[in-house]
Amino acid sequence: MTATAPASLQTGQRSQGKQTQRSTLAKGLGWFSIGLGVAEVITPGVVSKLIGVKNDAKTRKVLRGYGMRELAAGFGILTHSRPSGWVWSRVAGDVVDLASLATAMRTPANDKSRLAAATVAVAGITALDVVCGQRLSSQTPTESGTSSTQDNNTKVIRSIIVNSSPEAAYSFWHNFENLPQFMTYLESVKSTDTIRSHWVAKGPLGITTEWDAEVVRDEPNRLIAWKSLEGAPLDLAGSVQFEPSPGGRGTVIRVHMDFAAEGGALKSMAGKILGTDLGMRIQHDLRNFKQILELGEVTQSDASIHSGMHPAQPAA
Amino acid sequence: MRATCWMGKTDVRVQNVPDPKILNQHDIIVRVTATAICGSDLHLYGGFMPTMESGDILGHEFMGEVVDTGRNVKKVKKGDRVVVPFPIACGACFSCQRRMYSLCENSNPNAGIAEAMLGHSISGVFGYSHMLGGFAGGQAEYVRVPFADVGPLVIPEGVTDEQALFLSDILPTGYMGAEMCDIEPGDTVAVWGAGPVGIFAMKSAYLLGAERVIAIDRFPYRLQLAAEKVGAVPINYEESDVAEVLKDMTGGQGPDKCIDAVGLEAHTHGVSYAYDRMKQAVMAETDRPIVLREAIRACRNGGTVSVIGVYGGFIDKFPMGSVMNRSLTIKAGQCHVHRYMQPLLERIQKGEIDPTMVITHRMNLDQAAEGYRMFSDKLDNCEKVVLRPN
Repeated sequence: MTATAPASLQTGQRSQGKQTQRSTLAKGLGWFSIGLGVAEVITPGVVSKLIGVKNDAKTRKVLRGYGMRELAAGFGILTHSRPSGWVWSRVAGDVVDLASLATAMRTPANDKSRLAAATVAVAGITALDVVCGQRLSSQTPTESGTSSTQDNNTKVIRSIIVNSSPEAAYSFWHNFENLPQFMTYLESVKSTDTIRSHWVAKGPLGITTEWDAEVVRDEPNRLIAWKSLEGAPLDLAGSVQFEPSPGGRGTVIRVHMDFAAEGGALKSMAGKILGTDLGMRIQHDLRNFKQILELGEVTQSDASIHSGMHPAQPAA
Repeated sequence: MRATCWMGKTDVRVQNVPDPKILNQHDIIVRVTATAICGSDLHLYGGFMPTMESGDILGHEFMGEVVDTGRNVKKVKKGDRVVVPFPIACGACFSCQRRMYSLCENSNPNAGIAEAMLGHSISGVFGYSHMLGGFAGGQAEYVRVPFADVGPLVIPEGVTDEQALFLSDILPTGYMGAEMCDIEPGDTVAVWGAGPVGIFAMKSAYLLGAERVIAIDRFPYRLQLAAEKVGAVPINYEESDVAEVLKDMTGGQGPDKCIDAVGLEAHTHGVSYAYDRMKQAVMAETDRPIVLREAIRACRNGGTVSVIGVYGGFIDKFPMGSVMNRSLTIKAGQCHVHRYMQPLLERIQKGEIDPTMVITHRMNLDQAAEGYRMFSDKLDNCEKVVLRPN
């Protein structure tokens, strides 16, 4: 992890074409899963006829179960920024399907030619799933996306429009001690000199992680870039750009975060604290930032004031 | 305080919970004097809405008296009688400045969940799941209301609680459904669904200049309400072929404007995608999603289909060929309630609309569970239930 933010943006743009192809295949498979899942859940009798299996209560029950599995995989693929796990879950499901079809072949009452056709179809889909899974697992960084490479390097880019001037947004962010107001994983940031600061992050179960960071680039009203210093429990580099929005809609705030969590157990733990859905976290933090600039404070609900799930009713 | 809590599928209970407090400086606390059960609350009641937690306080149609105000509240003050719009809107963001209040960008603390489901989030909503913010609702003795200078409307003297209450949701929602039709003189407007929102859409269509309004439902008592109180022409779809009747009534052209005030049963999203999706898929086999298809196919060439019934996720067999080839316009949206409260209040004051015409049941808050059951099962000709904490 050494790339500064603008460099990682360029990498993202270069690899975007390939990336789109991969996610298109995954999306196709996701919609296929949902289509098949709905058919299996609603009309298992029709599906059993189509694949040549005897249409009885037991078959319909099994097919409904398979349908729910397909729906889970389909929604997983379509709604996750990193769908590779869900695509591999499809491969596992394909293996179950093939085994079921093989078993069905041995039952005399079933239609052998339809079963054979279904087996060929499932085998083809399995091959497609494997290809897609392999491609997604080796994916490279993308613009406005999250990606993990095999060396545990995570790069995330997220943006939001804030109804304020670049000057106001820059100056609020530039005071790093303001960051915990909108970055939910930070407990505190203290400036130690003009470019260095001490960061404390809170993780699950009250575990805290601390590190020092320094500003590596500072262009007033345009860009701030920082990175963690030697000895930090994780290698982290971030930058934020401030650009006037087209259409006079305020300022586009664009955050790049790179962090590497390889190394000892401590680094790995720090990575886990920050790495879980980092993209969603940053988007959430950006929304908080927008609320502070547009409204003066972060909007709370009866549930959001608690960490984790809590019924939507006032706290005692 | 006492509050109506969602405990699980078809299980709501009035329980004692802590009183609400000011959480943001633009908040007020309202002592609820009247609240209502909405048709969309039945999606929660039936367990179709994911991201509900046992103990969530329900209710997004409510009004009452301001009893506490945050530091930054300027327009409303203690003692004011207010009615509160169901979407929570900040008034400062891109959407709010363009008066699209139900799309507020700053009022949903759980916008990330809604983004995953819808592509982009919408505003927070009172008492309507954690995906829409995790805000406690107003079927309670007290409720916290954020952005008090943006949403709540002070009710003038001479307007009763029951006249004002439905400005919170169903009257503006029905009105926006008719407004999205861009009604012209001579228009025939067909409205699917004669629940309270459908009834208000029919009434609004006449107010906006429709020559004829047609009501489509299957419950005789609801069709009777549409015919007697609004002057709509009723069609019972269990007795007639709606497409044929509509053609016959319009000389084969079809209604100029069609309003879907039914919608799908469920919003979906959540941790258990499969479970919820399966439920929605099974619901797709009921009559409900047929409304959108039927409205599109029935609509006159070049007409408008306005969708105010709630849809949650995805639909199958959408007749896009009919929409494209026949130059149809489709408009849809959760109501931008804030836009319509003042002008509709004026229409109520002038006697142009009597919102109380939909009320069939008045109960104490403690009877909320019974109210939900009656409304859900359409018992005792139930059209609208109003609850009062005292």
